[in-house]
Amino acid sequence: MTYQKVKEIEKEYAKKEIPEFGPGDTVKVYMRITELKEDVKSRKLVEKTRIQPFEGVVMRRKGGGISETFTVRKITQGVGIEKTFPLHSPLIEKIEVRRKGKVRRAKLYYLRGKTGKAARVKQRKTN
Amino acid sequence: MTGLIAKKLGMTQIFDDRGNVVPVTVLDFSECYVLDLREEENDGYNAVRLCYGNVKAKRLNRPILGVFKKIFGDKDFYPARFVLELRTKGSVDFKPGEKVDAEKLFQIGEKVDVIGKTKGRGFTGVMKRWNFSGGPSSHGSMFKRRPGSIGQTTDPGRVWKGKKMAGHYGNERVTIHNLEVMKIDKDREVILLKGSVPGPAGSFVVIRKAKRRKL
Repeated sequence: MTYQKVKEIEKEYAKKEIPEFGPGDTVKVYMRITELKEDVKSRKLVEKTRIQPFEGVVMRRKGGGISETFTVRKITQGVGIEKTFPLHSPLIEKIEVRRKGKVRRAKLYYLRGKTGKAARVKQRKTN
Repeated sequence: MTGLIAKKLGMTQIFDDRGNVVPVTVLDFSECYVLDLREEENDGYNAVRLCYGNVKAKRLNRPILGVFKKIFGDKDFYPARFVLELRTKGSVDFKPGEKVDAEKLFQIGEKVDVIGKTKGRGFTGVMKRWNFSGGPSSHGSMFKRRPGSIGQTTDPGRVWKGKKMAGHYGNERVTIHNLEVMKIDKDREVILLKGSVPGPAGSFVVIRKAKRRKL
């Protein structure tokens, strides 16, 4: 049993607006990254934030509520990269749905063994 | 005063100001009251009696009902589900009958200890209770979850005291030290601590200022 007050706290931390997307869709995730960088003038390390986009196919959505995560997969220079993001993370600036995919399962683990043409996901046509 | 009683509501996760995921336990202090004070002159020591959780007045026995009537007046319900004493040093800035506010006691980022009773697991074997490795589970194994040898031979001719064996596990008092206060929600009257605390959701725990705090 989950107490009502716990649910309310989760709601407070959850994002209000999240675009609809699921496995097979191609999304672009804009993630805010904080890193230490040397300032040109003062030669001191300062914290700088920048936005790093990551575009790929959504492989799965996992969990529910505040702890929900999703995994995006893309292939860069012949190496497959998977990144798992907490869906409600405040570090995610924006999620852009670029393309809807037509898939028949919820977790696209079969993409892992495939490269090139075989790793494509058919586009879903929406009216 | 150094602590309060709270009810464990369960666990969840929140994001801190750097965007990190932090696992937290939600603890409800909405029904925590000061019952009365023990004072040096009358009782020989200083302490505060705290109480938590509503109980129907007719369910209470006479001696405890008398104490509650004196402090809270005539009511149908009294916060008498859980009563305990906490030793205090010096003056107490709470009066009998006053509601305990966690904001007055703790600050965000402060370290606290949580005392509670672990989940009762009943009579358990040695694998669960003491993390023995047990034997192979297949290939005709007749030694699946057994403890193995419990001692030597004629010398000493007995089992050592304190030998780890099967028995009752859980439902014991446990103190978790140095949990960080992540948030105090005044409207909902809950406090969020980083990490887990003993017991199932709905059980009562004591939160007190950390005793073994590292400086």
